[in-house]
Parts: sequence; C-alpha cells; structure tokens
Amino acid sequence: MQPLLAVSGLQKVYEGSGRRVEAVRDLTFTIEPGELVCLVGPSGCGKTTLLKCVAGLLTPTGGEVLLEGRRVSGPPPGMAVVFQEYGRSLFPWMRVRENVELPLKQKSPLSRARRRELVAEALESVGLADAAGAYPWQLSGGMQQRVAIARALAYEPGVLLMDEPFAAVDAQTRADLEDLVRRLWRERGMTILFVTHDIDEAVYLGERVLVLSASPTVVQEQLKIDLPAERDQLHTRVAPRFAELRTHVYEQIQAAKRGS
Amino acid sequence: MKERRLSDPGAGSGPLVSLTNDERPGRPRPGLTNAVLGVAGLAAFLALCEAVPRLGIVSAEFFPPASRIARALVTELGDGAFWTALGDTLTGWALGLAIAVTAGILTGVVVSVVPYLREATASTIEFLRPIPSVALIPLAVLLFGTELRSVLLLVVYASFWQVVVQTLYGVQDVDPVAEETARSYGLGTWARIRHVLWPTALPYVMTGVRLAAAVALILAVTAELVIGAPGLGSRIAVAQTSGAVPAMYALVVVTGVLGLLINVGARTVERRALAWHQSVRGEVAV
Repeated sequence: MQPLLAVSGLQKVYEGSGRRVEAVRDLTFTIEPGELVCLVGPSGCGKTTLLKCVAGLLTPTGGEVLLEGRRVSGPPPGMAVVFQEYGRSLFPWMRVRENVELPLKQKSPLSRARRRELVAEALESVGLADAAGAYPWQLSGGMQQRVAIARALAYEPGVLLMDEPFAAVDAQTRADLEDLVRRLWRERGMTILFVTHDIDEAVYLGERVLVLSASPTVVQEQLKIDLPAERDQLHTRVAPRFAELRTHVYEQIQAAKRGS
Repeated sequence: MKERRLSDPGAGSGPLVSLTNDERPGRPRPGLTNAVLGVAGLAAFLALCEAVPRLGIVSAEFFPPASRIARALVTELGDGAFWTALGDTLTGWALGLAIAVTAGILTGVVVSVVPYLREATASTIEFLRPIPSVALIPLAVLLFGTELRSVLLLVVYASFWQVVVQTLYGVQDVDPVAEETARSYGLGTWARIRHVLWPTALPYVMTGVRLAAAVALILAVTAELVIGAPGLGSRIAVAQTSGAVPAMYALVVVTGVLGLLINVGARTVERRALAWHQSVRGEVAV
C-alpha cells in the first residue's frame, strides 16, 4: 500500500544576514492511512519547521513531501493544521460557527445545508454545540483550542497536522484534550501527525512515536507504541509498559541532546 | 453616555446629584461624576464668556457676550440662507470624505498587497503627506475657481493621507499565525484579503476615517472662507466684513457643534463595527 504521507530527505536551511542555520538536515519517514503518529524531540530541534514544510507553508531546501503520491508545493487541499497559538489562529471577528465554516466555503463546492451540517457535527463532537454563537475570546483557552480542532474536523482532512496544540493550556485541560484527540481518531479513522515536546503525551497518544535528534534534525528512532487501543489517563499512565516506553523515549532524547 | 447627558440640559444637576447621594460613600460612580463636572464646566465657560465683555475686560464690539451670540444663533437658524450654507458645507464635507476614504482604502490595500510597491512608494508618500492642504488653495482656484470642486480638491487631499497611512499600518498588523491558518485551509489571495487582512486593518481604518472626518470639516470651512465657495465658511466671511460680529460667532459655534457631532458619530460607528475588538469589548470574564 502506498503511504498517505511520505517525507524523504527533507532539509531546510534558513539563510539570512550572513547566518546559515540548518534547522532540518535529513528527515525521512512515512505515515500510513489511519495512523496516529507523534513526533517528539528536544526543544529547538525543528519540529515546527518540519510541520510547516509538510503543510506546504514553507518550501524545503532539499528533499520532498508527498501526499497521496503528489508532491506538496503549497498548502495542499485535504490537509488541516491545528496550531499551538489557538488565540491567534482563530479569527476574533468571527463567531465560533463562522470560524469553523470559513474553510468549508473555500473548499470544493458544498451546499449551504451540507456546510451547516458539517459545522454542527464538528462542534458536537468536541462538545461545543452550545458555543456556536459565541466569539472565540468569550471562551476559555481549552475551549478555543477545541474550536480550532472542530474547524479542522469539519474540513474533513486526509491528514490532520497538530503543532504542539496543547502546549499552552493547563494540565487538566490538556488531559481532556488528549482524550478528545484519541476518541476522534478512533471514531473517525483519521490520519494524524501530532508534534509535541512532551514525552508522556507522545507515548500516551501515539500508535507510533518518531524521536527526532537535536538540530540539525534527523529521525533518531521510530518506536511502535504497543499499548492497548483503549487508553485512559488513570490506568494507561501507570501501566508498567507505559513507564518502559516513556523511559526509552526519554533516554533517546537525552542521547539526541548529547548528539550521539 | 457622557455626550448625551452633556447635550441634554433638561437632565440638570438636580436628579444627578440626588443619585450620587444614594451611592455609598467611598464608591463614587465615575460616569455620573464626570457628567456633572462636564455640565458644570460648560456652564462656567458660558458664564465667563458672558461676564468678560460685560465687565469691560474686552470690547463687547469684537467679543459679544454669550447671550448675544445665542440670540444671533437663533436668528441664523430662522434664516433659509443659513440652511443652504450648512447644506453646501456638509455636501463638500461628505463628498470629499467619501472620495478620500474609498481612494485611501483601495490605495492602502493595493500598496501593501502588491510586492515591492510599498517600498517603492514610501518615500513619495512621506513627501506628499506633510504638504498642508491649504498650500493647494492657489491651485484649486486656478483649476476650479469658487466651485464645489475647489473645496473637494482640498478636502480630499487632506483626508486621503489619513486613511492611506492608517490602512498601511493596519495591513502590516496581520498576525502571521492567522495568515498561515488561512493559507493552510486553502484561502486564496482574495479570500485572505477579505477574511483576514481587512478585519485586521479595520480598527486602523476606522481611526483613519475618524481623523479624516474631522480634517475634512476643517478643510471644507477653510476652503469656503478663503476661496469664497458657498457654505458656512463664506457666510462667516460675509458676517465679518459686514460687521455682524455676533452672527459671525454664532456661525463659528455651528462649525464647532458640527465637528463635535461628526466625532461622536464616527465613534459610534467605530464601536458598532468593532464590537469584537479588544479596545471595544473590554475585559471578558472567562
């Protein structure tokens, strides 16, 4: 089977004012349809650069990104991104409903009724059916990020990219949102690439974890997470296997930082 | 709220004071206190304008007491020619402002969106902008004489820059995350202008329009006064040359009230259009 997303030899070099920074050196990995893959790496390792290259928001210096066999040269249709900065990613001049609906208006021609249906479904599945008429700034941080997730869901993307989406919310909200992502992934059979700096989060969420090295970045290790599909905050996090996996990833990241 | 109370002398100090007395000590209501202070300040100013000429401190011939100005104002309001002049001034103001706002916004957006255009035009804009519009009076007279078009030339030139410059600032304020979100969802150039750039720039544009509205009135009256195009300005000049000093002051008061109303109107429009914006919505309990 052809992978849904294939990244090969990806390199990104920033050049400016006489300084040359190689953020990403040589990244190669693939994602199969329906997978939930977490990318984890030491801070400053170019995770966001990688994600933006995959999303078509940045042009890589070398290598390529293929989505369903087609080379990504700009933001491809069928890909949605959830950013860390939900407050800036949602438009404060639009109500929640309009924020979720806007991308649909730009997508393939959908009837008005169908758009409404998708918006209502998406808000329902993140538990914000009541907030449709509110402005984003009237909601708490966790709710705002759920609106951003609903916007991505309604778009029905082939691949959902999430760039440290829960880094700016409190720990309890974060746990709820992690469970939300797991549930949506299982219910909808989506393909998700989830970038995080949090090792526990990566192991808890992912079916597979890609450990990145320090910048200039390469894939340090790929790890299959053999935890049961049914996961919950209470039991999964204290399971011996969870501890083993997180310790392993932690060691890999420490090794990556030392540059070995 | 404050403006309404100020312009409503019927809501005199009686009920306002009794309301403040109902308040518990140590917790004053700033809105009410300000309204009372505002009315009191205006009354004191009018009393001063009445007293100074009556006491002979200045000549009543050139500075008539407030009551005589008020009588002259009532006479003006009963004169059909006054209303024609008012209409002429407002026409010049409104037409000029509409042209300046439309052209200013379009120019500002195009200059920001087209690559390199901003850099290429920046020095020209910085050169043209500080030229005082009144310096163009000779040109206006040469081109259009005392027609409305003379007034329009000056009004448009003065208010255009206010709108352009604010639009340019506003467009620069687009949040990179909002822009990337829009791009990642496949919004094209036009959709991004409409849904991201324009709402971001709107608060700045509104400020530009409010400034332009005030400047447009100043230039409309100036043009009429100096060039003699029909309107309140030329009526002020006629009153002055014919020695109708109280009428002259009455007309000056009218221009002042116009300016006040324009500002209040612009602020109301601003608040409505920007209900979502931080500066208007205030703190929200989350």
